[in-house]
Amino acid sequence: MKVTILQFPGTNCEYDTEHAFASLGAETQIIWHKEEALPSDTDLLVVAGGFSYGDYLRSGAIAKFSPVMKAVTAYAESGGKVLGICNGFQVLTEAGLLPGALKRNDGLHFISKHHTLKVENNDNIFLEKLNSGDVVNIPIAHHDGNYFIDEAGLAELEANNQILLRYTDENGAIDNPNGSVSSIAGVCNKSKNVFGLMPHPERAMESILGSDDGVKMLEGFLAS
Amino acid sequence: MKAIVNISLKAGVLDSQGKAVHHALDSLQFSSVEDVRVGKQIVLQLTETDREKAMSEVTKMCEEILANTVIEDYTIELI
Repeated sequence: MKVTILQFPGTNCEYDTEHAFASLGAETQIIWHKEEALPSDTDLLVVAGGFSYGDYLRSGAIAKFSPVMKAVTAYAESGGKVLGICNGFQVLTEAGLLPGALKRNDGLHFISKHHTLKVENNDNIFLEKLNSGDVVNIPIAHHDGNYFIDEAGLAELEANNQILLRYTDENGAIDNPNGSVSSIAGVCNKSKNVFGLMPHPERAMESILGSDDGVKMLEGFLAS
Repeated sequence: MKAIVNISLKAGVLDSQGKAVHHALDSLQFSSVEDVRVGKQIVLQLTETDREKAMSEVTKMCEEILANTVIEDYTIELI
C-alpha cells in the first residue's frame, strides 16, 4: 500500500501523517506541491494538515492553484482515493472536490483539544473498519473548522450518506465545538472516493498520548 | 484604473465576527447599531483602461479565487 502525502509551503502535519501510516506498515512518500504528477503507484493520496500559504485570503484558497492540484483533481476524477485532513479538508473544498466550505469557528477561537466524534456512515472505503454509531476520541486543532453548506446541499449529503463524522459527546449526542452545520466533522464526495475531515486521526495513534482511536480509522483508509 | 473588491459572508451565513463586533459596540453603549457584517476589501491596481474589460476580468478573479461563492458575496467598484 503506497500513501502519497502532499506538502505545500506551510503544511505542518506531513511528517506526523507519514509516521502514522508507516507505523501501520504502509509505504509512504511526501511530495512537494510543485510536482506535476503523482507517483504512479499511489493507492491513497493524503492532503495533510497545516497552514498552506499561511491561510492567506482563505484557508486552502491559494493551495488549490499549486501545480500538483491538477494531478490531484485528475486522480480523484479517475476514482483515486483522496483523504484531506484539517487544512487538507479546506483545500479539497476550495478545489471543488468536496461540497461546502469551512469558515471561522463560531466562537472565533482556535480550538485545540480532544473531541469525540460519531461515525455516521461506514458504507464507504474510508471508515469500513468502524461501525455506524461508534464514538471515537480524536484531537481537533483548527480556527476555520466551521463547516457550512446550504439546506439543499445538506439534504443531498444526508440522502447520499455523505456525512461520515459528526462532533458529539462520548455518548453520541450532538456536541458542536465550532458551529458546523449539523455538527459535521467530515464528509465525502458523491462517488465516495474523496473524504475530508477536520479532526486529526494521525494524532490519535497511541493511548499514552491520549487516544489510539486513530488506528482503526487509518487502517480503514489503507484497506482497499 | 483601480478595482475595489468588497467581500462579505452571504446573507443567511452566520457572521460570527460581525456578531462579536456588534456585541462589543453594545457594551460600549452604541445602541443605534442594528446589525454588523465584517468583510474584507481587496484593492487591485489594474493596467486595463477599458472599464467593461476590467469589470469582466475582475469578476472572473472573484469567481475563481478572491471569493468563495459557497459562503461569500462580492461587489466590485472601479475607480
